[in-house]
Amino acid sequence: MPEIARRPALPAPGEPFPGVAVTLAPLPAAARFVLRGDLAAVAAAGNAFGVALPSRINTASTLGARSALMLGPDEWLLVADDTSAPDATWALVRALESALGTVPHSLVDVSHRQTAIRVEGHEAALTLNAAVPLDLCEEAFPVGMATRTICEKAEIVLWRTGPRAFRVEVWRSFAPYVMDLLSAVSQENVPD
Amino acid sequence: MLLIRCPYCQTDRPELEFRYGGEAHVSRAQDPSSVPDAAWAEFLYMRTNPKGFHVERWRHTHGCGRFFNAVRHTVTDRFLATYRAGEPKPDLEALAREAAR
Amino acid sequence: MTVSFRTASGGRIDRDRTIRFTFDGTAYRGHPGDTLASALLANGVRLMGRSFKYHRPRGVLAAGAEEPNALVSVDRGGGRWTPNLRATQVELHEGLVATSQNRWPSLSHDVGELNDVVPPGVFSAGFYYKTFMQPASAWANLYEPFIRRAAGLGQAPSQADPDHYTHRYAFCDVLVVGAGAAGLAAALAAAQAGARVILCDEQAECGGGLLGERDAVIDGVPASDWAASTLATLSGDKRVTLLPRTQCFGAYAQNFFGLVQRLTDHLPHPDPRMPRERLWKVRARQVVLATGAIERPLVFPENDRPGVMLAGAARAYVNRYGAKPGDRAVVFTACDSGYAAAHDLTAAGIVVSAIVDLRPGPDGPVAATARGAGLDVRSNAVVTGVEGRLGVRAAMVATIAGNGLVGPSERISCDLVLMAGGWTPAVHLHSQMRGKLRFDAEREMYVPAAPVEGSRSAGACNGTFGIAEALAEGFSAGADAARAAGREWSERDWSPVVSGEIVPDGGFHGAVPHDRDVQKVKAFVDFQNDVTEKDIRLAVREGFRSIEHVKRYTTNGMATDQGKTSNMNGLAIAAGSLGKPIPEVGLTTFRAPYTPVTFGAFAGHSRGDLFDPIRRTPTHDWARAQGAVFEDVGMWKRAWYIPRGGETMHAAVLRECRTVRETGGLFDASTLGKIEVVGPDAAEFLNRLYTNPWTKLETGRCRYGLMLNEAGFVMDDGVVGRLAPDRFHVTTTTGGAPRVLAHMEDYLQTEFPELRVWLTSTTEQWAVIAVQGPNARAVLQPLVADIDMAREAMPHMSVREGTICGVPARLFRVSFTGELGFEVNVPAEYGQAVWEAIWAESQKHGFCAYGTEAMHVLRAEKGYIIVGQETDGTVTPSDLGLDWAIGKAKPDFVGKRSLARPDMLKPDRKQLVGLLTVDPAVVLEEGAQITAEASPVKGTAALGHVTSAYESAALGRSIAMALVAGGRSRLGETLYVPMPNAAIAVTVVEPVFLDREGSRLDA
Repeated sequence: MPEIARRPALPAPGEPFPGVAVTLAPLPAAARFVLRGDLAAVAAAGNAFGVALPSRINTASTLGARSALMLGPDEWLLVADDTSAPDATWALVRALESALGTVPHSLVDVSHRQTAIRVEGHEAALTLNAAVPLDLCEEAFPVGMATRTICEKAEIVLWRTGPRAFRVEVWRSFAPYVMDLLSAVSQENVPD
Repeated sequence: MLLIRCPYCQTDRPELEFRYGGEAHVSRAQDPSSVPDAAWAEFLYMRTNPKGFHVERWRHTHGCGRFFNAVRHTVTDRFLATYRAGEPKPDLEALAREAAR
Repeated sequence: MTVSFRTASGGRIDRDRTIRFTFDGTAYRGHPGDTLASALLANGVRLMGRSFKYHRPRGVLAAGAEEPNALVSVDRGGGRWTPNLRATQVELHEGLVATSQNRWPSLSHDVGELNDVVPPGVFSAGFYYKTFMQPASAWANLYEPFIRRAAGLGQAPSQADPDHYTHRYAFCDVLVVGAGAAGLAAALAAAQAGARVILCDEQAECGGGLLGERDAVIDGVPASDWAASTLATLSGDKRVTLLPRTQCFGAYAQNFFGLVQRLTDHLPHPDPRMPRERLWKVRARQVVLATGAIERPLVFPENDRPGVMLAGAARAYVNRYGAKPGDRAVVFTACDSGYAAAHDLTAAGIVVSAIVDLRPGPDGPVAATARGAGLDVRSNAVVTGVEGRLGVRAAMVATIAGNGLVGPSERISCDLVLMAGGWTPAVHLHSQMRGKLRFDAEREMYVPAAPVEGSRSAGACNGTFGIAEALAEGFSAGADAARAAGREWSERDWSPVVSGEIVPDGGFHGAVPHDRDVQKVKAFVDFQNDVTEKDIRLAVREGFRSIEHVKRYTTNGMATDQGKTSNMNGLAIAAGSLGKPIPEVGLTTFRAPYTPVTFGAFAGHSRGDLFDPIRRTPTHDWARAQGAVFEDVGMWKRAWYIPRGGETMHAAVLRECRTVRETGGLFDASTLGKIEVVGPDAAEFLNRLYTNPWTKLETGRCRYGLMLNEAGFVMDDGVVGRLAPDRFHVTTTTGGAPRVLAHMEDYLQTEFPELRVWLTSTTEQWAVIAVQGPNARAVLQPLVADIDMAREAMPHMSVREGTICGVPARLFRVSFTGELGFEVNVPAEYGQAVWEAIWAESQKHGFCAYGTEAMHVLRAEKGYIIVGQETDGTVTPSDLGLDWAIGKAKPDFVGKRSLARPDMLKPDRKQLVGLLTVDPAVVLEEGAQITAEASPVKGTAALGHVTSAYESAALGRSIAMALVAGGRSRLGETLYVPMPNAAIAVTVVEPVFLDREGSRLDA
């Protein structure tokens, strides 16, 4: 059997551009699941996953390497940054399914569907706002907010993980576009 | 670009995140096979197309993904209300009176 | 080069530094702070352009965005060529290269000026419509090319724009448009209230009219110093964004504004990383419009000669730029602001020979002061003409007698004639926001009636002209806006003390009286489009009543300046001719953009590789390394064919098809849409969304699913596999994936919300490798650990979960080629490695990799349809011969009721058939029409059209599929496909060309 290597959707980042006030970096592989269901499913999944699922739409909760993002009234994106190997991912699916039991729900593995980009630095919001049509000031988009939106012509999930840090979740084939677009923007904000 | 209040997200969001879905409250018959041809054609193709307040469907496609309904003025683009799918059609005249105040 | 037209001192230019620039190849010098227009004036250059139609020599009229005459092209090198820039807005920088436009061979000797001396009437209003009508063919061949050469603007750039442009979404509590007195005060108040403020101004320096005031003092400090200190305060506030060089060009619904910021045009050597312009898309809770007012010219004969300019512009040139537009001036005024200009010009050392005040006496205090200062003030007087073609030499001045007749003219030598016709509030943005206007009859001006919700107008754009009043109104507007945006702040009013200003009072609309022959003189209303008073009167005489029609017939206000200086005068002349008051004639519509915006700014980063996302599959790099040629399918790049050793496409596709049928091939099917349908009601949901029945489909089995829209027409198809009682793996067409998911969500959320089922897109979760051909099983078997792939254990149309090459996989036994086939689904990031492993194994059996073109041929040989190729939104399952895919026992599914409508049952509907050309070597053209006769009578309707046509390697001939009226009843008939040279004879056959029994599939 030949070696089966994983090829991430985004190559490793090149040298950061000098004088650029924002860092763009692809994040390592993670396990991701879309969970759909009602409150009973939410409670059961939270226990098994290791972080209580948020009940307020467009917010995220994080405990250690596990995060849950509520993206719709009955939709959560579960992200396990500590899990990427197929066996471990499969084990997590089994744990979740076993906790959910007969509670009506849908749990779908989307680990490879999307990838993540870290956008960090004091011009992070400014850089994103070249393409993201949401108000990213902290009053309007506080730390812990996470929502689907658009980045110019690609759909993304935008998640604020710190005052100057965002995580962009994007489908794999759109990831180079989002990365290239944000890179282009990040390099142009030079002082005049 | 319009701002549209998503009744699920409970915030105003940019139009770019939404898709228009045509006139609202055009309900599909429980048993379509019992609907006469003319009535079925009416259901498929005929819409009110008013100049003024229009009750219409939108979907927060690039947001929470939910379909909802809105009352929008087709001339001014002003939204009087948005509400969740399944909720009853609001009293347009009352809404317009309230908006005029 | 002479610099004799610089003032001795003063102005906001940096006299210690010199800038070199060229205009039409001649070198000049200027200073930082100059515009091209001010620097040219300071160098004694008056002639800056030629008019659009008559090619008349023109000088600069204004000092700002409203300039209609001095349009120039700027060459920034390396293909950076921008035509039609207003010289009044081009900032001077070292090495600037500017050229004039619309002249040949040169600005001072322009052959096109002959247009100006052709007999009266030839170029009058509507001349296009009257002159160039016959013969019709001459328009495209003769008239249009001639007109385009003779009349026009600058040359378009000849190369792709090497600059880049960017966008930014921005949000604020209060947007203030315009940084003059009112705007600065508004921003100050809003900022003090703690609001997030954006203040934009189109000029390089914020301050607006305050920068051109000589004597005005605000609360004890000179006006320009007040502006500077206010700007310093604002720039120290983190919540304030100051945007000079930024034009707010458009106002859109719900306080959304388009702003374009010029970032590099003013820099001699900009950092190449910098974008040239940034388009700001601003959402403001509240907006304060402080866009000022535009001075009106006076309409009198020869009012367009170089050296005739707006009085306020002359003030700005003298006070702000230290540039003297002339040595000896006559001021023609209907407004007190003309006197302010006279004083400032006098102070700058320009001789003011006369102030010609159109208004009857007795004089007000402003005139008295002027007389006291020794100026020659004439009341009830007019300028009746101007001498000088390339520059003013004299003005003809006359007095209006008591009977209204104009007396004899006196010639006054001068090289400058100023026009002060009063001020028109710049209500453009208010109007774009659908704000109503009110005609202030006393002051004869349109002002905003009531503010639009979320907005306020302040200062001159609101008809409030005095500096003190504008400051107070602006401050109050800023405070109110901040409060309306939710910032608590109690302070509301500010009453600044202002001295030393002359408040512009008075004004005039329309054409002034004169004693000249109206047929022989030209008194210009619209300078850029060469519309004269006479043209507008003619339009009315010819029956045009609506101002919108007069505008279009005369082209008044339709140039790139959109009539900023001409609309009100044109309106007044039309109203006078119609014998109606101005408000009864109405206004033309104000439209965005306020000034022209570059295409680059709108495009932003959306060009080249970033024009659209380029979606690549997980195995793209492998295909590229193999030399694959890609085709665009939506945003996807798909391998089209994979040529070997210099093969043509034709040869490659034939080889790929042959190889698949003989042994097998690998195909990248990753772009197929995939939707995971999960929940207790999943089967019931699919029952309602697809024509097929799903309840009895066993776990581990697949079915071809056909999806209709509610009208009964085919919208998508794909294989659906059941992974568990409550879990289906649905596939869609590549292009249909988002549409199908949205369609499913629509019905689930709005029609069937009671169903407990959820939909998740998994298109990008899985890489899909199609392994097709007689040896497909042999290739895959060694790589599959835990799936029994035997013929009986895993029959055609089944699905298994297991492990392939050590990674979790979903293995489908499906075929779109008619051969034994499998589709291997593995998590996307393993896709390429698994592909390589399968490829290596397949080489033992001589497999090829095949592309989308071969896939199309292989499926057509089997008569498999492609939605979007065999269908076009008007095709039913029955039309395609797919009645077998309809679950007739189901009470309902989306589209079912519509299939029973009478129109859907007609026997002459277009039906899918196969076509075989009588000559097997001829391949039909897709889209070609089909007729019953070889040479149908003109007007005969086609029977249908060819949907697919290929050369088939397996059959050794061409094949085609087509939609033909009543096609299934025409089997065996000969029909024709008329082509430009001759009609091609075809025979109608069943649309399955190969292995009708399906024995290869079941291998």
